[in-house]
Amino acid sequence: MEVLLAVVIGTLYATGLYMMMRRSIVKLVIGLALLAYGSNLLIFTINGVTRGAPPIVPEGAVQPVEPFADPLPQALILTAIVIGFGVQAFTLVLFKRTYQSTQTDDLDAITSTEQSGKLKLPDMSRRGS
Amino acid sequence: MIGAVLAGFIAALFAPWIHRAARGWAGWLIALVPAGLTLYFGAHLERLAGGETFSAVYAWVSSLGTDLAFRLDGLGALFALIISGVGALVIIYGGGYLKGDPQLGRFYAYVLMFMGAMLGVVLADNLITLFVFWELTSISSYLLIGFYHSEADSRASALQALLVTGTGGLAMLAGLVLLGQATGTYTISEMVTQPQAAQSSSLYGAILVLVLLGAFTKSAQFPFHFWLPGAMAAPTPVSAYLHSATMVKAGIYLLARLSPVLGGTDAWQISVTAVGGVTMVLGAYVAWRQVDLKRILAYSTVSALGMLVFLLGIGTEYAVKAALTVLLAHSLYKGTLFLVAGALDHETGTRDVTRLGGLWRAMPWTGTAALLGAASMAGLPPLFGFISKEVFYKAAYDAPDLAGPLTAAAVTGSVFMVTAAALVSLKPFFGARLETPKHPHEAPPSMLLGPVVLAGLGVLFAFVPSWVAEYGIRTAVEATLNHAAEIELELWPGLNVVLLLSLLTVAAGLAVYALRVPLQPWADRVDLGARVGPERGYRVLLGGMLWTADRQTRILQNGYLRVYLMTIVLTTVALTGYTLLTRADIEGVWRLPDARFYEIVVVALIVVAAIVVTQVQSRLAAVLALATVGYGVSLLYIMFGAPDLAMTQFSIETLTVVLFVLVIYRLPRFATLTNRAARLRDALIAASAGVLMTSLVLILTADTSRRHVTTFFSENSVLLAKGRNIVNVILVDFRAFDTLGEIIVLSVAAAGVYALMRLRPERERREALPETRATVELSAMAEADPPAEPQAADSGR
Repeated sequence: MEVLLAVVIGTLYATGLYMMMRRSIVKLVIGLALLAYGSNLLIFTINGVTRGAPPIVPEGAVQPVEPFADPLPQALILTAIVIGFGVQAFTLVLFKRTYQSTQTDDLDAITSTEQSGKLKLPDMSRRGS
Repeated sequence: MIGAVLAGFIAALFAPWIHRAARGWAGWLIALVPAGLTLYFGAHLERLAGGETFSAVYAWVSSLGTDLAFRLDGLGALFALIISGVGALVIIYGGGYLKGDPQLGRFYAYVLMFMGAMLGVVLADNLITLFVFWELTSISSYLLIGFYHSEADSRASALQALLVTGTGGLAMLAGLVLLGQATGTYTISEMVTQPQAAQSSSLYGAILVLVLLGAFTKSAQFPFHFWLPGAMAAPTPVSAYLHSATMVKAGIYLLARLSPVLGGTDAWQISVTAVGGVTMVLGAYVAWRQVDLKRILAYSTVSALGMLVFLLGIGTEYAVKAALTVLLAHSLYKGTLFLVAGALDHETGTRDVTRLGGLWRAMPWTGTAALLGAASMAGLPPLFGFISKEVFYKAAYDAPDLAGPLTAAAVTGSVFMVTAAALVSLKPFFGARLETPKHPHEAPPSMLLGPVVLAGLGVLFAFVPSWVAEYGIRTAVEATLNHAAEIELELWPGLNVVLLLSLLTVAAGLAVYALRVPLQPWADRVDLGARVGPERGYRVLLGGMLWTADRQTRILQNGYLRVYLMTIVLTTVALTGYTLLTRADIEGVWRLPDARFYEIVVVALIVVAAIVVTQVQSRLAAVLALATVGYGVSLLYIMFGAPDLAMTQFSIETLTVVLFVLVIYRLPRFATLTNRAARLRDALIAASAGVLMTSLVLILTADTSRRHVTTFFSENSVLLAKGRNIVNVILVDFRAFDTLGEIIVLSVAAAGVYALMRLRPERERREALPETRATVELSAMAEADPPAEPQAADSGR
């Protein structure tokens, strides 16, 4: 099964990086999300996966029954998912504010840290296709 | 002893406050610190002369052979007395010179910091400790040269001095480490007891070159001398202290200190003597042709430093004795003359010798100090400079090899020194009275004390030469040579060749002074490129470095995220891919998946959705496809025994969709910003990264028999933590601190979101008023505070 997961991971990395190389900020954020899925799955898969056996100790036992899924990567990923969401939320709001100030979604049009009043930016909103 | 070194640093911390509290008296008060240190070191002289040394070791990084080791012997004491004694006078002088300057408090702090660092250099008994203090002197010198930091010239000179001495310092560090490796110890006093260890080492050549680079840059030897005239941008008391009496002699100190270890070889004698000789002659030759008082003194300092290096290169017992005598004499007379130059500048408003003349009546005390200092510099009796000139000549005359050329060089340099001495003393005070920018009057007491005391010592020492020899020079020579020495100094050695040479020197020097105006055009023709050459080299080198940095920044740090990404991805793919292809064991890597039907469906769904994300034009469609990927991933988690992950991923995914829609719903469709070729290029690069990741996972999962850490968690989850869900136990118990960190990250993100929503500049808020729709939507989101409070985000919409 790891073979199929490897394909998924590769696809997520490729699409994520491709999206991050676009000029649109929203695409950048989406690319980051895809990359995060890929990385989480990478951690999940790297030590092998086990079908349908959560790492839970049954009542009355002191240790889980073999085979069981590796709990350590799961703990790492759980943290990563939540932090990833926090970062994503922040990035999105930051983008929203940037867009309000600059009226553009194009990374190449944002070249200065000065106040928007001093910038002459092209109106990108008309160029949708 | 560490207290003596630290005193300067501690006093530096309080100096600005003392200055603010005591105002005009601050200089006198602060000078009590160096004055006290002078007494402290002076009190050791008697016992040092008796053959004792004092040491103190404080453990620092002992495992690396680096301790705060200090040792006071004759050589260190001679330097320490000059440093603390001149320091006291210069601080008092500075109080008068910079009176009313708003930065005076800072001046005190820097000078005290320098003094502490310089004492550290001459008392350190460990190579690394020495290096640390050495660099501290460079830094305080940088701060002091750039003291008038609003002037571009000052800043450029400060940077130049720092770069030249700093580069030399780095070379020296390398040399000192090699030296430590070659001799097996970093303790200087141990090193000098086994002089053969370094000289027989195969590293000797490298050590010598690197250490000499450090010493020559610090002591302004040709071709690194050009930073010293530039350093004259500093306030004059700083020039007197750092750039003539003490810091520039750190290189001399290092040569003297390491001469038992490195000296005595042909390589040492030839290179050190030659560099010193060239510096000595060139410095003096350039000096008398200057018109700025401070530049005359700066070049004559370069010359005097060359003289000292020259003597240490000759390296005989007599030459070392001469070097230390010249060093003491130079500190006294050059300190005097610099302080006089500062007083002239301060009282008349100019340092141009051609505009100064006949000031004797207006400034008799300053004039007396200037005459005494200059007479000492010219080597006239009955001054200490005369004694030092005699031993200097004798050392060159008695040199074991090439005595003739060496003596000729010594005399040539000294002739021009006499001219320079006449130029800074006779010219301003005698002859016709010239109009100056300010009406001249005598300097205040604080500015007279320094020159008068230093000039007075120059006279006094000449009359007690045997006392100076016994307590000042002999112990220092013994410490330098590491064996007992007989030292005699006398004011009147009797009529001999050396005395005749001295007479000749004075006569020739005064002749050049008298004829300087007609000689000047001739002299300029024989410039030898000494002044311009190396400095030009420095400029070209610096310009080249800046140009390279500029180009490199333009290429590598060009501001385009995608170029950074491409660089990173391609580098990773190339390096990792190459390693995988050549090294990895691909046995059993390519295998058929043992997948079930529903697993294949989920995988296909994710792959298709991920590709759809990259292709759609509508933002909403892209978000929905992204969510499909996310839900697909959570299905994978469910199938492979990770229900906790699946639940978290599922709820977070839902939240993400809501958040995305809130933020981007009103934005226009994606614009196509790049052309087809660029998209294809990006796709290929991204695909190569994907293939690399897939291969990595395949190779790594071919063998999954290792689960080292997990065993601990599964065995102890119930026993130690009393929990049955091992993932939860890891999160809240075994790795609870990680979870705390996670909570902090979320809180910071939430605070950031809130700040972005709420705290907007007033001007922008007014401008944003017509955009009611966006504002309303935004404030709705701000109330919702999405990341930390998931439910609230839902209800907010």
